[in-house]
Amino acid sequence: MSAAPLFPDADPAPAAIELRQVDIHFGAGKTAVRAVSQLDLDVAPGEFVSILGPSGCGKSTLIGAIAGFTQVTSGELRVDGRPVSAPGPDRGVVFQHHTLFPWKTVLQNVEFGLKMRGAAAGERRDTALAMLDSVGLIDFARHYPWQLSGGMQQRVSLARVLVNRPRVTLMDEPFCALDAQTRLSMQELLLALWHAYHITVVFVTHDVDEAIFLSDRIVVLSERPGRVKAELTIGLPRPRTRDLLTSGEFMQLKRESLGLLFEGSGPPGSIYRGPAEAPRSTQTRVARQR
Amino acid sequence: MSKPALLRLVAPFVRAGAESARAPKTKGARRAQRALGSLLIGAASLGLWLGLWQLASTRDWQFFFRFDNIPAPTEVALAAGELVSSPKFASHVESSVRRIFAGFSIAAVLAVSLGVAVGRVRIAALSLLPPLEVLRPIPAVAWIPLAILLFASAEQSMIFITFIGAFFPIFLSTIHGVEGLDRRLVHASRTLGAGPFDVFWEVVLPGALPAIVTGLSIGMGTSWFSLVTAEMISGQYGIGYYTWEAYTLQNYPHIVLGMINIGLLGMGSSFGIKWLGRRAMPWFQPEGSAT
Repeated sequence: MSAAPLFPDADPAPAAIELRQVDIHFGAGKTAVRAVSQLDLDVAPGEFVSILGPSGCGKSTLIGAIAGFTQVTSGELRVDGRPVSAPGPDRGVVFQHHTLFPWKTVLQNVEFGLKMRGAAAGERRDTALAMLDSVGLIDFARHYPWQLSGGMQQRVSLARVLVNRPRVTLMDEPFCALDAQTRLSMQELLLALWHAYHITVVFVTHDVDEAIFLSDRIVVLSERPGRVKAELTIGLPRPRTRDLLTSGEFMQLKRESLGLLFEGSGPPGSIYRGPAEAPRSTQTRVARQR
Repeated sequence: MSKPALLRLVAPFVRAGAESARAPKTKGARRAQRALGSLLIGAASLGLWLGLWQLASTRDWQFFFRFDNIPAPTEVALAAGELVSSPKFASHVESSVRRIFAGFSIAAVLAVSLGVAVGRVRIAALSLLPPLEVLRPIPAVAWIPLAILLFASAEQSMIFITFIGAFFPIFLSTIHGVEGLDRRLVHASRTLGAGPFDVFWEVVLPGALPAIVTGLSIGMGTSWFSLVTAEMISGQYGIGYYTWEAYTLQNYPHIVLGMINIGLLGMGSSFGIKWLGRRAMPWFQPEGSAT
């Protein structure tokens, strides 16, 4: 790719992520919330890891910490062996709802990271166009974000992150606002890009099918405060296609994952969870606003 | 009055008229008839009021309002004919436009810079807001006596009044725009390698632009309001001075002409701001469809 000279110091190998006994707390006093507790996690270079868990379990907090928006309260968090202190272009993030700049065209959005690097105008244009081509949106380069569908907006978000050649790509429920059909083609596109660009992906989701279809490994988090409850290696062969979704192997893995997800979370079918539930849900809301 | 409200008012009459006539066959024809109807009603109403005014002035009606000294529409139209060929009038308009341009430009630059600073920098907000909050409730017109004392020339004091009139709407809208910016856009830009300067230049400023343009457009209106008052009190030349002079010289048709011109100039300049805003933000969807 023509991007090569833009990244002279880039390590061709994707990055490893290590979390050791990580605690993340918000606030103080009565409103203090323990979002993540005693969390250990290793992601190998080039691995595709999904974080699966109930809502409010600290999945997004974890993404925020690896991205550098949130500081860990205690423990160690390293990417490429270096402690994370602030956001940077080596760790790209795709958010649940797109964060494209409304005042920039699709092409200008994708060019943004290259511009921040100080790339020359012609070079960054060519690189961004090539990237847009690989997500199938070359014809929409001059459009503004509001003129695109939700799926297209997320494809631009992906292109905008990947054009930076990040060492790690963090994705926070990026497809959950899309309809089922669009979601599936986005998942396939993501797998193709993951294969083509050799990236390390940490993918947060609450959708079991999505996690199994995409990942090498699924990490199941407990309810708040989030800690690793179980891990499941997905040995399904790659490349994976949509046919896989109806195979017996897939169903078996899904049964296992659902079992892990709901393990120890009270009797199934029970609506009333007791008064202890109420304060927890308010805590959840507080932490989410951060 | 807004168009829907007006339509609701006249609807019973229009419907009564449509029913007495033969009902049109197609939806399109019915809509065309209704559009024509509302146009006719508008024109008729305007004509009626002008006619009443004409009648009141020529007959010197006196019932609570005293029309004996009010020029009739025909007199105003005649005076307007003379005005077009007079160089004096053009110089009045030119003085006012020059003052607006000077006062408004200074206000725009200062209010946007201070607004961004207050919206982004804590120490700027803490130090700038208290004195500005004290000054904000004082109307620009109340500054006129002090402005005359503050500046050596009447010209400078009038530009100052124009500046005061424009400053606060622009300043407050800018703060609002900067503070209302979607935090996630700032986060996203930082994960794409933006430094503090880039965040400001590439994200904060364009993000606040719609609010800034709104502030400029409101500020344009208030600066005209302030200028006309200042010209009436302390001016030489200018459209406000022209209107007041017409009163003191008992040249009454020219009062109305001055008023109409002030309206046109205000309308033209606010149209100019909107046009500039659209040019600067081709991406902006005021309907709220941009998400």
